[in-house]
Amino acid sequence: MNTFADFHAARIMGKREETPDVWTFRLRFEAQNIADRFAFKGGQFNMVYLFGVGEVPISIMSDPDDKEGLDHTIRIVGRVTRGIEKLNVGETLGIRGPFGKGWPLEEAKGKDIVVITGGLGCAPVVGAIEYIFRRREDYGQIKILHGVKTPRDMLYKARFETWARYPDTQVLLASDQPAKAWHYHVGVVTELFDMVDITPEKTIVMMCGPEIMMQAGAKHLAARGVPPQQMYLSMERNMQCGIGLCGHCQVGPYFACKDGPVMTYDQVAPYLGI
Amino acid sequence: MSDSVDSWILKKVSFDIFFSALKSEDYKVLSPQVEDGAVTWFEASEADDLKQGFSDQQNIGSYRLNQTESDVWFSIVHGAQSLKSLTFKPRQATVKIIKTEAGISFQAEQPKAEKIAVIGARACDVAALQIQDRVFLGGAYQDEYFKANRESLLIIAVNCTHAHETCFCASMNTGPKVKAGFDIALTELKDAFIVEAGSMAGKRIVEALNLTVAPKDMSKQADRLIEHCAVSQKKRMPQQNLPQALYEKQHSEHWDDVATRCLSCANCTMVCPTCFCHAIEETPDMARQTSERVRVWDSCFNPEHGYIHGKNMRPTTADRYRMWMTHKLGSWIDQFDSSGCTGCGRCTTWCPAGIDLVEEAIAVLGEDAMEKKA
Repeated sequence: MNTFADFHAARIMGKREETPDVWTFRLRFEAQNIADRFAFKGGQFNMVYLFGVGEVPISIMSDPDDKEGLDHTIRIVGRVTRGIEKLNVGETLGIRGPFGKGWPLEEAKGKDIVVITGGLGCAPVVGAIEYIFRRREDYGQIKILHGVKTPRDMLYKARFETWARYPDTQVLLASDQPAKAWHYHVGVVTELFDMVDITPEKTIVMMCGPEIMMQAGAKHLAARGVPPQQMYLSMERNMQCGIGLCGHCQVGPYFACKDGPVMTYDQVAPYLGI
Repeated sequence: MSDSVDSWILKKVSFDIFFSALKSEDYKVLSPQVEDGAVTWFEASEADDLKQGFSDQQNIGSYRLNQTESDVWFSIVHGAQSLKSLTFKPRQATVKIIKTEAGISFQAEQPKAEKIAVIGARACDVAALQIQDRVFLGGAYQDEYFKANRESLLIIAVNCTHAHETCFCASMNTGPKVKAGFDIALTELKDAFIVEAGSMAGKRIVEALNLTVAPKDMSKQADRLIEHCAVSQKKRMPQQNLPQALYEKQHSEHWDDVATRCLSCANCTMVCPTCFCHAIEETPDMARQTSERVRVWDSCFNPEHGYIHGKNMRPTTADRYRMWMTHKLGSWIDQFDSSGCTGCGRCTTWCPAGIDLVEEAIAVLGEDAMEKKA
């Protein structure tokens, strides 16, 4: 296999606006054998390629068991994503992947789960949450803490509200800024930590979002006795090749693309923010 | 030749038999030659092409070529280019994308390499190639382009008998005598070369030359010259407890100090024989019907190196210098079980600001860095 050229064409089957600058694209591989072969774990990512422009690393947020297609939620922020935003249903992108290590969905079986996310950070973990709820009896209590800058940035609000109705599940939302229709907490996500009870030794934490938020979350939970190796962070770095060869995505001794992007707090603690 | 024999004599006057042997195996021969005032890998077809006629003078932030009448053939220690550009090419096409009725299709560029024999590789650069082997071939994913170039490269090393102010291969344990990873090694004496084989391919070629076994005194003379080169090196890289010692210095104020001098120009990473960072250049044709992706060398000193989704992980020169040094001397060991530095000294020679990697390492690790042992 030529690792630099292992692209597969994927057609856009659907395009949904989540917020004014966040879109979810539903893709399906053009070649049936690729669609059949493509298997991933929640938390893994693809390199999404736009003709004539380039690639961006985007986590896969659909369910790994969903064989009909795959979803990528993309924030429109740079050259590639601005171009992708303009594509219509029926047009094609290129996909290389899946890459990296995903969420510890097997290790988490029988344990309580705390999910801490901020902003678009919830996208990579949404697939994992849906996965867990579809296998609800395999897992213990679930606590989902999610923060946004403004209520307008709230992605998948309906999903969060659905999750809140499941048994043994607590969903806490926070917005930095208030709004009339916002009847959840006003403030930063870290203020939600004290509102949840946890059993540290049987808790698995999954975090995704701004590094400073993950750092605050990990410090808080470590102080409450959650072992660092049970806290998982999805690291965002400049992943270009996806296979640990191009050198951009280093986190201390690790390459985020192949040793991560999901890594434990005891792995990355000394290197956060660097 | 008995099995116990490991070095032979190749007289300078009969060196062309070596060229004939390489040509009979279809090798294109390259050697470091001076072209337009710079040392590059240039095609050599006869012994005369190997005589460089120049010697290099390297110091911190300084490189000079001086014409010389000396009868030393390999009078240049090394130029800016290591072996890296022959195996990890500065530009490598990877894939062509074509717009079709149905959408887009991808055409992978197949690896292809020509048989190349280099005469004049230095020990530091042979060690560097072995380090790049770990990077590009040692993991779950392999770089097919590097692999193809690597497998068709025959390395004829020339042991160093002369070091520069910036050389510290002895302290990195990579030279000045080539230790492994070579096919044939030469040590230059006045009228002859001592020849050693380092691989099966090298042995086959050397045996075909029907050389005389090197007399003990000549072998000893060669060893003495190499040993003299080793002890003449004044620079020594601290070796204690890396990478941990560097991780502990992530918040050192010294990074800001070096950043006041560093231009973030990327010269050090371009001349480094082990730096492997690369990016992709995407070039669509004017009609936007096809597009080509070309892999190019990148550098951790480029501002985009740490950029992701609207933010930059390493926005300042201090961040980038810390990345370069921590990776090169420290985290590289965690990643590839080998330092990323061979002591070739190029980063120091070619730094326009005269920043000395060894001095900076000592400064960041602390005054006692040199006294502790691993």
